[in-house]
Amino acid sequence: MRWRPCSVSARSWVSANMNEALIYPPQIELVSDHACLLTFAESINDAAADVIALVTKALRNCEGIIDLVPSYTTLLVVFDTDHYDRFKITNKIKTLANKIELNSTNTSARREVVIPVYYAPEVGPDLEEVASQCNLTIDEVIKLHSETAYRAYAIGFAPGFAFLGNTPEAIRMPRKTTPRLKVPLGSVAIAEQQTAVYPSVTPGGWQILGRTPVQLVDWQSDSLALIEVGDTVRFEPITREEFLAQGGQLDGF
Amino acid sequence: MAFKVIKPGMLALLQDMGRHGYQHLGVTTGGPMDELAFRWGNALLDNDSNAAQIEITFGGFTVEAQQSTSIAITGADLGATLNGKGILPWQTYAIQKGDVLVFQQPKFGLRAYLAVKGGFLATSVLGSVATVMREKLGGLTGKGDKLAVHDVLPFHSTTQHTARHVPRLAIPNYEQMEINVVTGYQFKHFSGLERARFFSSTYSVSQNCDRMGYRLEGTAVGQDQPGIISEGIAYGAIQIPNDGQPIVLFRDRQTIGGYPKVGCVTSFSGALLSQKKPGDRIGFRYISVDQAEHERHLQLARIHQWR
Repeated sequence: MRWRPCSVSARSWVSANMNEALIYPPQIELVSDHACLLTFAESINDAAADVIALVTKALRNCEGIIDLVPSYTTLLVVFDTDHYDRFKITNKIKTLANKIELNSTNTSARREVVIPVYYAPEVGPDLEEVASQCNLTIDEVIKLHSETAYRAYAIGFAPGFAFLGNTPEAIRMPRKTTPRLKVPLGSVAIAEQQTAVYPSVTPGGWQILGRTPVQLVDWQSDSLALIEVGDTVRFEPITREEFLAQGGQLDGF
Repeated sequence: MAFKVIKPGMLALLQDMGRHGYQHLGVTTGGPMDELAFRWGNALLDNDSNAAQIEITFGGFTVEAQQSTSIAITGADLGATLNGKGILPWQTYAIQKGDVLVFQQPKFGLRAYLAVKGGFLATSVLGSVATVMREKLGGLTGKGDKLAVHDVLPFHSTTQHTARHVPRLAIPNYEQMEINVVTGYQFKHFSGLERARFFSSTYSVSQNCDRMGYRLEGTAVGQDQPGIISEGIAYGAIQIPNDGQPIVLFRDRQTIGGYPKVGCVTSFSGALLSQKKPGDRIGFRYISVDQAEHERHLQLARIHQWR
């Protein structure tokens, strides 16, 4: 959040609560000799996320654009300095932004990714703790987590690690005080208003609820990563038998 | 048709210009820490500018040639020897079968580049052979491994050799302390006093310096920003975490992050900084985006015209 104490005005309160927080065309700032940062909002909101997905798509196939890093409210554009200087890249983005029809964004146009999850203490060691901290039963936690449609706001931390939001208020938990040194592949976890699936074995401090048998990244395949920024993601509870039948592994802790 | 690794040293990695176009999936770029030295290595041999080279950090690296070829050494002076005889960086050398090439330890700078005529051959992953150990991508195996003893580094053998060297004026001075910075990101949220502290202090390179980033030690830069919404991190971004000690992010950085940033070091100042060792001292100097653009074009034009 790009806010400072004492600078919260009535206007930003209004825009933070309604979907007027979109800045369009985006604010363009050169952050180095070969990258610029496009800012679409001051606070996280779905209207900005939709537009970021749209602009990212439009810039993807432009010549001389090397990399695009979309996140919650911004898009980092890395460009080839042989192709653009600071004026040309700004003009290119402005021209492109003016051509984009903002109305073309709607939820139905989004890709939906369904991820099967085996929710159980044997693969979700924090499930019981989350339930007791939130005064819920394990089944209620599973229901709340799996009945919510999430949005992939950003990808980072590790290849294919998608930050999905937002979890229902009732199951919001802080990160663990001591992160685990090894979180098994496919672990489905929550932290604050976010949820995610671990695409590789990494250290991690999120609360683990279950595990998916589905592989999230496969660099040998054409699709590479299952989730991309802007996608809608749902979790579908599966049984232990289904988990094993789909190739799920129970070890790792 | 190869070099055989006799001693891998502390860290020797296969690198090309990096893995580009996948940062939206969280895949970092990798690539040479010292872009300028890397570019000169390929220019000296008239290679494609993306041809794979070995980045040797610190030294302790020994290879034996199994066939003849032509090599170029650029970047740090790691006290290299060819069959026991001292050789200098920034030029080409003819290699015969059985020749032993040794990189001992740093005299000037930290990272040396070994380029071979036509480039080292390896199967690329996501369009690049750049080794990123943290992501287990690239390198000889494709799985992000650093070079190990008995590894075989293949190349197309050649007996053609042209003696060439980088013009003296184009060789960077790794003892230079000024690191150029383009301000941006959250710069405007730092107070005048904190900006002044950042630009007027001397920082030393801490023990925590690797391909991901360089953590510096010196005057703490205060910031009253409680954290920002995670955003894309450009090469060279300077993060100011809660303790106020700047971290400069390099080739293997994470793609997004939520620490406030004062700006970015330029590509060639970043190259200079990555030749620094723990304990070396630096200072940051403000330059405008057009000066940074000019600096980059000047360096690239020099290589281009010389080719």
